Amino acid sequence: MSILVCFGLLLAGMFASGAGAAQDRQVESEKLFADIYQVLTHPRCLNCHPKGDSPRQGLDAHVHVPPVARGPHDKGVAGLQCTACHQTKNYRASGVPGARNWHLAPLSMAWENLSQGELCRALLDKSKNGNKDLKAIVDHMARDELVAWGWAPGTDANGNVREPAPIPKPEFDRIVHAWAKSGAKCPE
Amino acid sequence: MTTTHLSRRQFLKASAAASAGLTLGFYLPATLAQAGPGKTTGSIAPSTFAPNAFVRIGTDGSVTVIAKHVEMGQGSYTGLATLVAEELDADWSKVNVEGAPADAKLYNNLAWGEVQGTGGSSAIANSYDQLRKAGAAARAMLVAAAAEEWKVPPDAITVERGVLMHGARTLSFGQLAEKAAALPVPTEIKLKTPKDFRYIGKQIPRKDSKAKCNGTARYTIDVKLPGMLTAVVGHPPRFGGKVKAFDPSKAKAVKGVVEVVPIPEGIAVLATNFWAAKQGRDALPVQWDDTHANKLGSDEILAQYKALAEKPAAIAQQVGDANAALTSAEKTLEAAFEFPYLAHAAMEPMNCVVKLGRDGCEIWNGEQFQTVDQANVAAAVGMKPEQVKINMLYAGGSFGRRANPQSDYLVETAHIAKAINGRAPVKLQWTREDDIRAGYFRPIYYHVLRAGLDASGNPTAWHHRIVGQSILTGTPFEPMQVKDGIDATSVEGASNLPYAIPNMLVDLNSPKIGVPVQWWRSVGSTHTAFSTETFMDEIAVAAGKDPVEFRRALLAKHPRHLGVLDLVAEKARWGTPLPKGKARGVAVHESFKTYVAQVAEVSMKPDGSFRVDRVVCAVDCGIPINPDVIRAQMEGGIGFGLAAALDGAITLKDGHVEQSNFHDYTVLRMNEMPKIEVHIVPSQENPTGVGEPGVPLIAPALCNALFALTGKRIRTLPIRSQRSA
Amino acid sequence: MIPLNVNGKTYSVDVPPDMPLLWAIRDGIGLTGTKYGCGIAQCGACTVHVDGKAVRSCSMPVSVAAGKHITTIENVGATSAGKATQAAWEKLDVVQCGYCQSGQIMSATALLKEKAKPTNADIDAAMSGNICRCATYVRIRAAIHEAARTLAA
Repeated sequence: MSILVCFGLLLAGMFASGAGAAQDRQVESEKLFADIYQVLTHPRCLNCHPKGDSPRQGLDAHVHVPPVARGPHDKGVAGLQCTACHQTKNYRASGVPGARNWHLAPLSMAWENLSQGELCRALLDKSKNGNKDLKAIVDHMARDELVAWGWAPGTDANGNVREPAPIPKPEFDRIVHAWAKSGAKCPE
Repeated sequence: MTTTHLSRRQFLKASAAASAGLTLGFYLPATLAQAGPGKTTGSIAPSTFAPNAFVRIGTDGSVTVIAKHVEMGQGSYTGLATLVAEELDADWSKVNVEGAPADAKLYNNLAWGEVQGTGGSSAIANSYDQLRKAGAAARAMLVAAAAEEWKVPPDAITVERGVLMHGARTLSFGQLAEKAAALPVPTEIKLKTPKDFRYIGKQIPRKDSKAKCNGTARYTIDVKLPGMLTAVVGHPPRFGGKVKAFDPSKAKAVKGVVEVVPIPEGIAVLATNFWAAKQGRDALPVQWDDTHANKLGSDEILAQYKALAEKPAAIAQQVGDANAALTSAEKTLEAAFEFPYLAHAAMEPMNCVVKLGRDGCEIWNGEQFQTVDQANVAAAVGMKPEQVKINMLYAGGSFGRRANPQSDYLVETAHIAKAINGRAPVKLQWTREDDIRAGYFRPIYYHVLRAGLDASGNPTAWHHRIVGQSILTGTPFEPMQVKDGIDATSVEGASNLPYAIPNMLVDLNSPKIGVPVQWWRSVGSTHTAFSTETFMDEIAVAAGKDPVEFRRALLAKHPRHLGVLDLVAEKARWGTPLPKGKARGVAVHESFKTYVAQVAEVSMKPDGSFRVDRVVCAVDCGIPINPDVIRAQMEGGIGFGLAAALDGAITLKDGHVEQSNFHDYTVLRMNEMPKIEVHIVPSQENPTGVGEPGVPLIAPALCNALFALTGKRIRTLPIRSQRSA
Repeated sequence: MIPLNVNGKTYSVDVPPDMPLLWAIRDGIGLTGTKYGCGIAQCGACTVHVDGKAVRSCSMPVSVAAGKHITTIENVGATSAGKATQAAWEKLDVVQCGYCQSGQIMSATALLKEKAKPTNADIDAAMSGNICRCATYVRIRAAIHEAARTLAA
């Protein structure tokens, strides 16, 4: 559905039902975000949205081994970029995960230790999210290959299949759309 | 012995063997070497001057030193060549080094009897006289040749950097080589006095740097022979496990896999290249019979050791009556220490190449244990040891691992070669996972230390009890080095504690556990230095004394310990104030006859994370042969020891090794390497080794510093817990 | 058959497309300077340059490397950064066992190509992926600074 229609429906919804209905929609929207939050803060996603200079690794979110650094463009440093090891696909032979454009989320998109409300507001903040409007955010979640990696994380060096993000991708996509449609409300 | 067309003067008969370093060696140029597959050091042109087993000089002036000790990073090739080049007065830039063939009659480690091999930081010590004499003999013959040529007395001739001079006349080594080759080898050899040394004690470049910087240095993994097959082996997941059943079909389906054969060590998958062999091995379903396998985990083993520590033990050292003195002491202290299994984890995983023929067996390996390996491989293939020829290559690290008393990885390769009836040369290549999981770890140890102090805080009693597997039991060395229940390698550093304590007891319990164990760089000192030097620190604190002063007072009879302790305290500015959050820790320890003291400067953040910022190291290894190599070995030893102190642990669960690669057996990296300052004590004593002695001190020095920062004693290593995958 | 461009030469290697580039270089082509230390991108011994950037060749399928410019230790000296790095390594006698050093030199060269005067923090960040069990790190650091000085001169 086009973004204009979405917004139009939202506006219509807001004016049509008055305060009570608005409150219901807020609650519904927040509930949807709670699910989104569950995914975004799972190690599979959070490991590459760190506060500091290093990505994390594994379900226990330990600091990335070998030690690697963010660098000026979130892609690693001179002499050791992310793509020195991470290719565009998971590689069974080395157990190294891969996806197109493997890199760290910028510091503005660091989600470690953020509450639901804080993460939600950061997500929607154009000055933090790479100037994305709601449609672009929805698109990014639905279509970006590095995001999608969280659901197909491959096999690690011990031969174990990595646990994917907690809500199956098609369901997650549905929730994101619904959340956007419901006004993309943030909890407190 | 086969006849030769070479001059009879070109070899000399061995003089009386065994007395330290006087034997020049009985040399047979390779063209005369025993009939067998392939060559070892290459053919010798008849005009080459080869006065003994250790040096060859070509008509082009090149000087080749035959090194009997493996170059595994510790600088042996450079050191041995320095000894020869010094007395030979060679041009260092024209000296190159070749690995010696396996021949204990010529190339034995003089510290080991008629056994060839490298270990115990003994290469320079056992070679100092021998190789200098070899160089000096060659020099004397060159001088004699020039003297004949110029018709002047030998004493009138000077030799400098490969050139002989008399007045304005000069002749090079190359020009004199043929003539010298025809002369008798001198029986009386004069060596230089240290004041005339040009190379010994000076800054000269390593001999292996260039090749190791341009990709041409050859390691076992790089060997390629015509028709060679690479083998990757499926090993039992538990030590002592055996193959019950396997299905080769999935492995054989991998393109490049040629054969799948059972061997005593597991199932070998042979292929035309490593990757195919590994894919084949990984695809192989194997059922294991663990009836006799070790099922103990590290926790159970340690629990057993704690119980054993309460039982009587074999006495390793006894002075006075420690028990009585403890009972009557004014104050007693007690501490228990736990040490984990450690993997050697050299950068080159274990590997070996075997070419098995009808009449002989040829090996390519970063060879550290020639005589032992010849015997074990010969037994495995039904030949005599002298039929086993070994090409010694560079080792991509070893830290003791390549010198395995059972020759495990070599015998494994020989078994594979035998299983295919020698129809192709076999390269066994372990994966990193194979290497980490293969065992032959530095053992788990449990120590209990008790000390009694008098009213002034002086230690009057000391009881050190050690529990841990004997490395030498069950090996060919047992009869010589395990006596009355004491494996010397379990107690070294403890039974020879230098401190003046009037009542001392060191005892040992050596339980048998089904986990294979091995030395690990600095062996017994890897644990004894930690417990003794942190416990000494505890006693110093209990006595209200400064840790350095406390040790000084007890080392009066040990001037070389004192020497390094004083030097390190001076250079580290011990006792001067440090900013908040920084502290120093000290340790002093002798191993393999080399004396080392280290001060670690450590800083700690409020969150408890810490960093070793700098280590100051003092070393007394007698006459320093290559000071820069000594510095490098101290730097490297500190880094190696620090890796283990921080994170090193192999853990077993239900008999399975939990670690498998560098993601869970984490090692030291650039970002945690401290600054290091090395100070070498000037000495005229005979040179001793530096490969191992730098390792054992960083752990206690670091933990003593951490105590100064936190007031907490660390008695269990590693300091940080291991990461999971 | 996979076409590979290594050190300016083209090769055609008959290897499976998902074979790690490392083994295609070592066994397929026969260039053994690049080493195997872990196979899981933890140690850096296998480091090569692919289109000028440091890559762990154990972690790149050979099919992905096809058509790209690959440089190994055997030819890194053809660039000024590589030559200066190797010279510094020799001058300071960095090596001990040497097994990791091909990878160390490749990583250091990649660093110096992008950062002419790396700080110690830059060196930590670029080089902590290369393990040296002999712990030659003090000299590796000094050699990188030395190479930077040479390149600046």
